[in-house]
Amino acid sequence: METILLQLLNGLDKGSAYALIALGLTLIFGTLGVVNFAHGAIFMIGAFCAVTLSRLLSLSFETIDPTKVDFLGNPAKIKTPYVEAWFGHDFGGALIDWAVPLAILFSIPIMIAVGFAMERGLIKHFYKRPHADQILVTFGLAIVLQEIIKYFYGANPISTPAPDAFKGSFDFGAMLGFDPNMIIYPYWRLIYFGFAAVVIGAVFSFLQFTTFGMVVRAGMADRETVGLLGINIDRRFTIMFGLAAAVAGVAGVMYAPILSPNYHMGMDFLVLSFVVVVVGGMGSLPGAVAAGFLLGILESFASMNEIKAIIPGIDQIIIYVVAIIILLTRPRGLMGRKGVMED
Amino acid sequence: MSKFDLTRRGVLKTGAITGAGLALPTIFTSGASAFTNEPMGGTVTLGFNVPQSGAYADEGADELRAYQLAVEHLNGEGDGGMLNTFSSKVLEGNGILGKKVQYVTGDTQTKSDAARASAKSMIEKDGAIMITGGSSSGVAIAVQGLCQEAGVIFMAGLTHSNDTTGKDKKANGFRHFFNAYMSGAALAPVLKNLYGDDRKAYHLTADYSWGWTQEESIAAATEALGWETVAKVRTPLGAGDFSSYITPVLQTDADVLVLNHYGGDMVNSLTNAVQFGLRDKMVNGKKFEIIVPLFSRLMAKGAGENIKGIHGSTNWHWSLTDEGSQAFVKSFGTKYGFPPSQAAHTVYCQTLLYADAVARAGSFNPCAVAEALEGFEFDGLGNGKTLYRADDHQCFKDVLVVRGKENPTSEYDLLEVVEVTPAAQVTYAPDHPMFAGGALGQCNAG
Repeated sequence: METILLQLLNGLDKGSAYALIALGLTLIFGTLGVVNFAHGAIFMIGAFCAVTLSRLLSLSFETIDPTKVDFLGNPAKIKTPYVEAWFGHDFGGALIDWAVPLAILFSIPIMIAVGFAMERGLIKHFYKRPHADQILVTFGLAIVLQEIIKYFYGANPISTPAPDAFKGSFDFGAMLGFDPNMIIYPYWRLIYFGFAAVVIGAVFSFLQFTTFGMVVRAGMADRETVGLLGINIDRRFTIMFGLAAAVAGVAGVMYAPILSPNYHMGMDFLVLSFVVVVVGGMGSLPGAVAAGFLLGILESFASMNEIKAIIPGIDQIIIYVVAIIILLTRPRGLMGRKGVMED
Repeated sequence: MSKFDLTRRGVLKTGAITGAGLALPTIFTSGASAFTNEPMGGTVTLGFNVPQSGAYADEGADELRAYQLAVEHLNGEGDGGMLNTFSSKVLEGNGILGKKVQYVTGDTQTKSDAARASAKSMIEKDGAIMITGGSSSGVAIAVQGLCQEAGVIFMAGLTHSNDTTGKDKKANGFRHFFNAYMSGAALAPVLKNLYGDDRKAYHLTADYSWGWTQEESIAAATEALGWETVAKVRTPLGAGDFSSYITPVLQTDADVLVLNHYGGDMVNSLTNAVQFGLRDKMVNGKKFEIIVPLFSRLMAKGAGENIKGIHGSTNWHWSLTDEGSQAFVKSFGTKYGFPPSQAAHTVYCQTLLYADAVARAGSFNPCAVAEALEGFEFDGLGNGKTLYRADDHQCFKDVLVVRGKENPTSEYDLLEVVEVTPAAQVTYAPDHPMFAGGALGQCNAG
């Protein structure tokens, strides 16, 4: 029972990352009709926004301490962060400690700008081209973005811890009447799950309850008619691209303490997120979210030792097996609409 | 009608041509190249094959820095580094056998096929007389095989799998770095002192050659102490989030987690394990412990605070106070502004050891070099007295047991040496079952 609860929590957590990325992918596909393979790279850039802000806040000046020596035996240079010098040790220290949550604010304008630049600079030239061209160009873009990040930040993962207040884990077992320490879950992962729920809710509300959202939904259904009504649908779609980039970006920021960011983390998520989109149904936002959680939970259960003892290696293939079964029984995915990618 | 129209003149003619043909190689070799890429001019070219992209690129970059430093020192530039402390004194800072050392580099991308292609190109196009490099056992084993076929010496860089000098050993290949068996042999007594002899270990293992041999070695060493191995779980390379592999650990009665991971995988799995509160957990009345058998400073940096208090083993560490280590740290630190990693140290040593063997042999012929390296005993390169064993071309030297430092004084001061395990304690018989299955074969000069 404990194992099942724990793996369920794990699955929800993994699923929330998949759902957030898949949501952005579906938004872009639904509005612009573009299969964006660079979306994983946007998630990765988001994570590196957290790394960057953490480094900016830790920028230090050096003073020489003659009482200590460095590794070469010279007088040691002591680093003091500027923010600590300017705002005092306590407040400056707290700013550095809270770098990851602060990076959410820092990342939103950056990610929207990255989204606009990608859409206006490259992707808009491929709207009328076949999907294969779009996949090739966005895949190439993802590799370019990866290499740029690697050039500046190196290839090793960079530890980006959560604030001290959120370190440690919550003992669900003790709360639910099980033995203590049997079902524990890190605070930050619980926060991530809550954060994903809020972001997903916000995106749906935005599309459902605002005029802008209504126009976008109308455009997703019939782009031509909306255009004929005198609405500049292209501009709205560009904004949606920026929004999708911001969603993936903040998902990346919040994921940084869970998985130390490295330059290829986006690619690791991208393939799975595409499976999520296909299983959920191309162009269906609720489908993407539902499939994200479903596959996250299944993947988590498949890596249980008891399951692997029966079917070795199942944890590696479960997502693809489920994808095959769903596509065979429901070719449009769980909630796919008729006519999407079928022309 | 007969198909064979033999005449006396025909037989003589054919015989003469065949004889001349057979004699031709010896005519050429006596005056021309006697072995692959024999250096003819005033220079000799070495091939540095390191990961310049991919997951181990940072380690590759550090290896390349050390290679460049070694070339400078061999050519008599800089402060000479460990040439001053090396017990063998035949190198004079005038290149190798009077020929100026130059080098070419290749990118292994941490992929066996890319590594073989770049090594092949360096041998065939650039005329490299020796190939060196690594950072992954899979890659090292693949390139070692290629060098054996091509007739050049391979001086392995960072490769820790038992197989490199075990079942996949080659007559042309040599390894200075320690191996998984040695990690187990060095760690076991320390673990016994720290955690006792009644423990239950849970292994998470990277699913490839190195991970398997390390899991086998550590499980054997800890089981010999009386520990029980509860589970051995294989994880895919580059799994990213290891949480679904960590949570099952909570459900067992294991009280030790052994992470047979390296590089980014180790950083992620350790971070996940700490996040799930494993280090604060009490099982069977004992504090839960995590062990990372193969440590490196570059990995420790990635893992940040999570590394504190965790034990592992390493080939070398910059804080060692012997003369050789200090000379190397001084040269490297002055040139680059930070201390070298264990990967940098092993490749620097390998370059010097190759040059020294050529100088002692008086020839670049790979077979002469191999003979000079076999059974060679030396000191002054940072690991104490070391033997290049002739049976398997593996170096036997002291192994360091290290611990993540609780209160680092700088960004490089992440590990502290807990014990220097003497070479005798990590030495094994050449026919040890973990290394069985292969043969060195014959040296190939091309």
